[in-house]
Amino acid sequence: MTPTIALSSDAWILLTGAATNVACALVGCFLVLRRMSLMGDALAHAVLPGLVIAFLLSHSLSIVPLFVGAAAVGLLTTFLIQTLHQYARTPTDASMGVVFTSLFALGVVLLKKFVVGHFDVACVYEGSLELVVLSETICGLPRPLFTTCLVLLLNLSVLLLLWKEFQLSSFDPALATTMGLSATAIHYLLMTLVSVTTVASFEAVGSILVVAMLIVPAATAHLLSDRLAAMVAISALVGVLSAVLGFYAAQYWDTNIAGMMTVAAGLLYAVAVFCSPRYGICSTVLNNLKVSLRVVREDLLGMLYRIEELGSARQMTSAEARRAIGGGWLSRLGVAALLRGGHLRRAGECLQLTPRGRTEARQLVRSHRLWETYLVEHLGLPLDHVHEPAHRVEHFISEQMQRELEAEVAAPEQDPHGRQIPD
Amino acid sequence: MAASGRYLRKCTMSTTALEIHDMTVAYQRRPVLWDIDLQIPAGKLVGIVGPNGAGKTTLIKAALGLVPLASGKVEIHGKPYHQQRQAVGYVPQRESVDWDFPVTVRDVVLMGTYGSLGWLRRPGRSEHAIVDRCLQQVGISALANRQIRQLSGGQQQRVFLARALAQDAQLYFLDEPFAGVDAATEAAIFKLLQTMRSAHKTVLVVHHDLQTVRDYFDHVILLNMRLVACGPVETTFTQENLHLTYGGRLTILDEAAEAMRQREPQR
Repeated sequence: MTPTIALSSDAWILLTGAATNVACALVGCFLVLRRMSLMGDALAHAVLPGLVIAFLLSHSLSIVPLFVGAAAVGLLTTFLIQTLHQYARTPTDASMGVVFTSLFALGVVLLKKFVVGHFDVACVYEGSLELVVLSETICGLPRPLFTTCLVLLLNLSVLLLLWKEFQLSSFDPALATTMGLSATAIHYLLMTLVSVTTVASFEAVGSILVVAMLIVPAATAHLLSDRLAAMVAISALVGVLSAVLGFYAAQYWDTNIAGMMTVAAGLLYAVAVFCSPRYGICSTVLNNLKVSLRVVREDLLGMLYRIEELGSARQMTSAEARRAIGGGWLSRLGVAALLRGGHLRRAGECLQLTPRGRTEARQLVRSHRLWETYLVEHLGLPLDHVHEPAHRVEHFISEQMQRELEAEVAAPEQDPHGRQIPD
Repeated sequence: MAASGRYLRKCTMSTTALEIHDMTVAYQRRPVLWDIDLQIPAGKLVGIVGPNGAGKTTLIKAALGLVPLASGKVEIHGKPYHQQRQAVGYVPQRESVDWDFPVTVRDVVLMGTYGSLGWLRRPGRSEHAIVDRCLQQVGISALANRQIRQLSGGQQQRVFLARALAQDAQLYFLDEPFAGVDAATEAAIFKLLQTMRSAHKTVLVVHHDLQTVRDYFDHVILLNMRLVACGPVETTFTQENLHLTYGGRLTILDEAAEAMRQREPQR
């Protein structure tokens, strides 16, 4: 039977994939934040016997018995995991492993024994998105899309209604409980939602995609956001994006759509790992590079200042200077940046401080010597122990800290080696 | 007779903030706090002092109903805890939450108002006004929109205190608010405690620094698996009591606890 709303079969598949991903991402965010990501995996497997029993009792594949069966087994799973941990003293991860594998196996056994022909275990894994349009229609939508939309709406309305309860009990369950907003109740509610979401998605997309979509978009969004609402919104977006990318990639390579959507989600996560503005690898590397470059520049300025201070007529060629600050491409960059910034000028082969460079160098040397003085006076370090630490710290002393140091040390005019501390 | 009896009871209700009566707390049947009996008058700053593993945090959690009591009872202003939730504020240890959680300082402080809102109701303008006031009171208004990971330890502690203020409770439990904070924050927290006392709040503080107990607190609870002493600092915080508190655990309590865990007498 074809759906009553006229859309191409591609569009139906895409819509179903996207709706599933968003429904999963909504609850997935809270699994990730509660460090219970593997509960998604566990529930996705453990609900199988619930489905089979619901099918056997109701003799149908209609939605309500399936949801009830899933929710019941989901709650049972959660309860068993908790109880085994608490009373049998099995570690949480182990009790999770025991419960979900046993229940899943039970489901497989029941399936083989009683319902040959209706379910296919392989289908449980990879789903059958490709066949969405061939399924019966409910309210003008293909059945898998209809169930998924139902669950999407359920998740959305529960979150909207209990937003503050979910937020607080995920962040600080003890406080939530003392306030009378039972964290345990929210925990069970979340687990029920996860179970129902998993079941709704089984038929179309299979458990691989479900398990991935519970975690991957949420983990991606966690890297990209500082607010809970933003995280949930971004995770939904990532879900949609994975559906679209995965769908077209699967068409291009003529392969399983649900699998490709999962791969796409994984790739989006990888992109976030590299490019996240605050926690990303790229920004960390870039930031470290910036700091290293600043340290090299400042070391060079400090060195030239000290030579000037000694009154020596000696001048440094740029090659010598680069060697003195560690050599390599970083030192080359450092010298170039100082010349460009007007801190240094070339006099023939040699480098000289400009007035601007001298001012900056003076502040640096001031920080260095104040720090040395502080170490000697307050930590009682011997004289030969203070240069190295001061050399490391000098780059990170702000004007404010300079003033604080000045107030802390007894003689802010002379450093412990008897050299003047410049103003 | 009956009338005067009721009158007397009313009097104690208004002056006793917390009463713990013969309370024993056990984890997996193994008692960690034995037969605690104490009364805390309202409007006092109270230090809870004892060695590691003495059960200080457990005492707080038991009073808040977060861990079950093996026996005994806890009353807050004369009523059981579940009838007095709005009157009690709680500041857990700083490490007990995930500071990578995607919330801002303002979000966390707003959480303090969730208890009085109850299920389903959303925070509105008046709750945000409370948040503004509490942020100001602990001096972190400028940080309101920061994600909480970007704060120093002292600032994080102030966020927790602002959240507690937003709870607007009568009785507060603070679990090691002074742990790992800078000197400026320590002074600010102490000042805040004094302000709370002058508003006739009762504040119980798990505290580690014995040097400052006399300066900070009116009352002290000395704890080491059992209650060693509880009373005004001048009379209770004595060398002798400290010696009893820190002079090692009572071996016999340990042995009995172990036997109860294993459900058999040890031979």
